[in-house]
Amino acid sequence: MTAYLLKRLTIAALTLVLASMVVFAVMEILPGDPARLMLGLNASADQVEVLRNQMGLNAPLLLRYLHWVAGLLSLDFGRSYTYSVPVIDLVRERIAVSLPLALIALALSTIIAIPVGVFSASRQGRAGDTLAMGAAQLGVAVPNFWFALMLIYLFAVWLRLVPAGGFPGWSAGIWTALKSLILPAVALALPQAAILARVARSALIEVLNEDYIRTARAKGLPYRAVLWRHALRNAMIPVLTILGLQFAFLLAGTIIIENVFYLPGLGRLIFQAITQRDLIVVESIVMLLVAAVILINLLVDFSYAIVDPRLRGRQ
Amino acid sequence: MKLWKTTLAAAVLSLAAATSAFAARTDLTLGIVLEPPHLDPTAGAAAAIGEVTYANVFEGLTRIDDKGQVQPGLAESWAVSDDGKVYTFKLHAGVKFHDGSAFSADDVKFSLDRAHAKDSLNPQKQLFAHITDVTAVDPATVKVTLDVPQGNFLYNMALVAAVIVAKGSADGNKDKPIGTGPFKLDHWAKGSEITLVKNPGYWGTPAALDKATFRIVPDAAAAVPALLSGDIQAFANMPAQDALAQVQSDPRFSVVIGATEGETILSINNKKPPFDKLAVRQALASAIDRGAIIAAASNGLGKPIGSHFSPGDAGYVDLTGVYPHDIAKAKEYLKEAGLENGFSATIKLPPVPYARDGGQVIQSQLKDIGVNLQIIPVEWAEWLSQVFTNKDYDLTIVSHVEPNDIDIYSRPGYYFQYDNPKFNDLIKALDTTVDKDKRLELLGEAQKILAHDVPAVYLFELPKIGVWDAKLQGMWTNWPIEADDLTKVKWSE
Repeated sequence: MTAYLLKRLTIAALTLVLASMVVFAVMEILPGDPARLMLGLNASADQVEVLRNQMGLNAPLLLRYLHWVAGLLSLDFGRSYTYSVPVIDLVRERIAVSLPLALIALALSTIIAIPVGVFSASRQGRAGDTLAMGAAQLGVAVPNFWFALMLIYLFAVWLRLVPAGGFPGWSAGIWTALKSLILPAVALALPQAAILARVARSALIEVLNEDYIRTARAKGLPYRAVLWRHALRNAMIPVLTILGLQFAFLLAGTIIIENVFYLPGLGRLIFQAITQRDLIVVESIVMLLVAAVILINLLVDFSYAIVDPRLRGRQ
Repeated sequence: MKLWKTTLAAAVLSLAAATSAFAARTDLTLGIVLEPPHLDPTAGAAAAIGEVTYANVFEGLTRIDDKGQVQPGLAESWAVSDDGKVYTFKLHAGVKFHDGSAFSADDVKFSLDRAHAKDSLNPQKQLFAHITDVTAVDPATVKVTLDVPQGNFLYNMALVAAVIVAKGSADGNKDKPIGTGPFKLDHWAKGSEITLVKNPGYWGTPAALDKATFRIVPDAAAAVPALLSGDIQAFANMPAQDALAQVQSDPRFSVVIGATEGETILSINNKKPPFDKLAVRQALASAIDRGAIIAAASNGLGKPIGSHFSPGDAGYVDLTGVYPHDIAKAKEYLKEAGLENGFSATIKLPPVPYARDGGQVIQSQLKDIGVNLQIIPVEWAEWLSQVFTNKDYDLTIVSHVEPNDIDIYSRPGYYFQYDNPKFNDLIKALDTTVDKDKRLELLGEAQKILAHDVPAVYLFELPKIGVWDAKLQGMWTNWPIEADDLTKVKWSE
């Protein structure tokens, strides 16, 4: 187990180093000068040069890379060029929106997907299965920004139950803040649930054809018990894998939904930083996300061991 | 006695309820598309900075009203010396910055000196280039000396980048703007909203609103439901042009189409063959059909222009007829240039709807005269480095939103690569001319040179599409400068 853990950690560290190089190189290659972007069309070339010096952009490439990595190692993520505040403050503000949103969406998607997947698998090929999987197909196919807009028109414009967008902040009260996250969470969860339901169904169908299921049935266990206790648990591994991937996506890949609901999330921060060539913000946040994804993958690996006891003893 | 008390209490309560029901609303939430990177107009060019802060948080010596006219600001009056080189400003008394410090002539000196200092990062540094000396004569009087007379000096001092800041707080203005305006910053939830509250110590007429929130709505599709649900009550410039009909038919909203200072043009790289030939540029101008471009790129709302000048400004000359849409004539021009078989070129389009949509129309229109355009979409950062800085382009579409910027065609090294000595002399003369009529004459002259010489093909003036609650009054119709001046905005009833 220790050897396994060490191996995993080494791979994680190497991934981080590699990612830092790629991110830094990509942002360097991208055309565009943050200083010119800030000063606009009327600024002279001299002024742009002054600002570039101030921002430390004229230092040699390798030096800047090392400086940045040294900062990361001491948990100093640098200062945003455009906002001129520490990057970590920006991240802290945004994660207060993105993390709860991702968690709610993930919970919703699981609550919807698992029962649907079980329902479909247990009625494989029958009308109920066809209907459920048709709905799932629709859920994958419908563009989520369109679905989000429909939700806004129905619940915010017509019924006026929730705000059409924006985030009042947690200081405005938990319920007020949660209310503004409900629609985006639903809009995010549905396509994810559709994918998850399909994965759960096919994993379950595979398991249901195994010999031990027949044995369990033969010894007289009711179908329901076999399905929920024996089959579902064994079908969880692909489901957990997908859940892990979806969580990583929900943390920062939700830019479209964040735009439609004008939520100040991580995805929009990164997008904004890229368009404004706020290099340090992009680089540092991408590194944080890489670390988060690695962590999530580790957790998913550990959770395999929980659902499948055989994996626990393996070296 | 007890009954008497209860009755009184009830009366007071109902009276209170009645007054609050009749009192007009004093809060406003406005939608803006782009978030300002920071809130210091003297340190960044982003238009959103001025949108939020101009006239609300920061004030200059003079100010621009909604008709583009110069009005007194922190200076209540001024005198100009006979040679036009010395301006003496008389400042308002009793003005305080938001942090409580008193405003005086020293702050004016500090702000102007800072703006034209050697290491100044003011985005409009050239406005201050002719200032040679600023003297605080007494706390309420400032004398500004110029090396040459400046025809537009009072106007320039009213622009967003010329606002007055205090020495003690200037460095923190990006995050905590300290101005003299009728509103002060309450809080800025980054990525979400900027909230201003009324400044109780304001020296002038206090604002009617107690609170104004600028909420960032980056997605055009989200703008309409935000209005319909009442979450946002005003867009000074609505991003969703396609959805305009939806709010236009709704009596709860006012839709006010105004003008901006944004000349939307097909910029040409004048040094790059074949565009260095006048006939080729004339061919482009004759081949394009402004009507079709305006219909596609601004929903038919933009006003056609024939030169680099806003139709709303004094001195405007209608030159849209210099090169009327005429395919046969355009082909003749090409023949004259020895290119009767046409040629191929690229057009780089920044990520704004007017450019991306307009670019496709122009591509198809130029195909009719045998000019094949390859569209290259770019983002702003790329546009700035490739097109604007490195001049690596053939054609591009962009809106020049700075007010009164016809002089850009005389700037050495500007991305048009246009160099016309006659035009340069004209701008030089204009710069130092103070007489109003003479100025208008020179401006007309300059417009005509550009219209005939086609350093760029002039398409249309970008419209300002104001949409707000029908009960809201005092919003600006036009954008003589990009500012959401809330000083006179109030709710009716």
